[in-house]
Amino acid sequence: MKIYLRKTFIEVGSITLFASRFFKEIFRPDFEVKEFIRQCRVIGYKSLPLVSITAFIMGLVLTIQSRPAMAKFGAESWIPGMVSLSLIREIAPVITALICAGKISSGIGAELGSMKVTEQIDAMEVSAINPYRYLVVTRILATTLMVPILVFYADLIGIYGGYIGVNMHGEVNLTRYFSQVFESLEFVDVIPATLKTFFFGFFIGMIGCHKGFNATSGTEGVGKAANSAVVSASLAIFIIDMIAVQLTDLFF
Amino acid sequence: MTKEINSAIKDQMTTVDQTVIEFKNVYKSFGNNAVLRGINLSVKKGENLVILGRSGSGKSIAIKCLVGLIKTDKGKILVSGTDITQLNESELNTIRRRVGFLFQNGALYDSMTVRENLTFTLAHNNKELTADEVESSVVESLENVGLAEAINQMPSELSGGMRKRVGLARALIIKPEIILYDEPTSGLDPITSREIIELILEIQKKFKTTSIIITHDLACAKLTGNNVMIIKDGVIHAEGNYESLSNSNDKWVRSFLT
Repeated sequence: MKIYLRKTFIEVGSITLFASRFFKEIFRPDFEVKEFIRQCRVIGYKSLPLVSITAFIMGLVLTIQSRPAMAKFGAESWIPGMVSLSLIREIAPVITALICAGKISSGIGAELGSMKVTEQIDAMEVSAINPYRYLVVTRILATTLMVPILVFYADLIGIYGGYIGVNMHGEVNLTRYFSQVFESLEFVDVIPATLKTFFFGFFIGMIGCHKGFNATSGTEGVGKAANSAVVSASLAIFIIDMIAVQLTDLFF
Repeated sequence: MTKEINSAIKDQMTTVDQTVIEFKNVYKSFGNNAVLRGINLSVKKGENLVILGRSGSGKSIAIKCLVGLIKTDKGKILVSGTDITQLNESELNTIRRRVGFLFQNGALYDSMTVRENLTFTLAHNNKELTADEVESSVVESLENVGLAEAINQMPSELSGGMRKRVGLARALIIKPEIILYDEPTSGLDPITSREIIELILEIQKKFKTTSIIITHDLACAKLTGNNVMIIKDGVIHAEGNYESLSNSNDKWVRSFLT
């Protein structure tokens, strides 16, 4: 237990130092714009199919599952509002972030880990190229920007999935469905939920980069880096979510 | 400081027979494992120094300390008179721009083509160059290693020897005064090894580079080294030209070279 705690604190310290370097490097000149755009494409655009399918199913299933309970109270007309609130406030941000932790954080961990063990990061360093700025800053910024966009996209697709779910038991006009959704939403529902997704994105990128950058022991180390990136990023998402919910509860 | 380093290096480079690289009592340990225990060596301008030693004796660690990839525990490493152990990151980069490093497996960026591998290195170090100038330097550098036809290939499509040659082209593209070779012939067949050895000699002749060659390959040591050093127990155990070391009175040195 003592050793486990010690390891955890060392890990947290190491990630903190890694993050502090990010904030130092980000304000230096010569930002790697091309690599940042490439990473945005890889992280954002290439995750769209997975996010679309998951979000659609989330919205559809949530609607179908909540229908019997709502029907008992004669509150079927509340389904669009309830589904959209659940999706926007909690389900879409957390599920999308978890998908990104699995897909993006592990991908970054494996890619940078492989570069580390094959001396590609060393090669960059001896060529007087700052590998942290080229590899880490661009990836963390891309995840910080792309995850909120993916979550917003997942919100829309999920709500549309809800519309399909509602239409399975009766015909509801799309305009009426969306007007019911927007009537039930307030800025208080959207803003804290959106803010926390920036933190999700930041930690997904940060943990993936940290694990990859510190990979050791050859190919086995690459596997470990990818694996622990997913585990740590998923855990971080739940912890951030818990803090975000508490803060939202306090201030809104 | 960067300008001072540049002018110090230029002064040094114009003087023949000057010591370009010098290790003074360098120590490096990893935990309880003392790898370097007071290394002293010097390399003169235009010279090829070969460092031999058993696996794990610290040969690669020594050249990684020279480019600041690994921080030393104690001692000085002078490159053209500048102690690199005292430099910050940006000052160290000024030195690194004058040093080419050939890694054991080439260390090519595997998400980039051969062209991009070279362009990436050159464009980041010479931002004033136009796209045409970068392209012609890339082609010229690949021609120097006889691999112009591989320009559009991915590293995964190259053989071991080709990867090393592309790695060498990438090292040469910044026109370094010093080249560090980490096991340049390891894992290659005898014919390809011979080609790499010839390339090392050709580069020394053509570009007047100063080099440190880390190797286990005795043929490579014999053919490329103007001076040979053998590391044992973290210190330089023997030094001289290959022939004199082969006839050394030290039994261990003789057995190592046969």
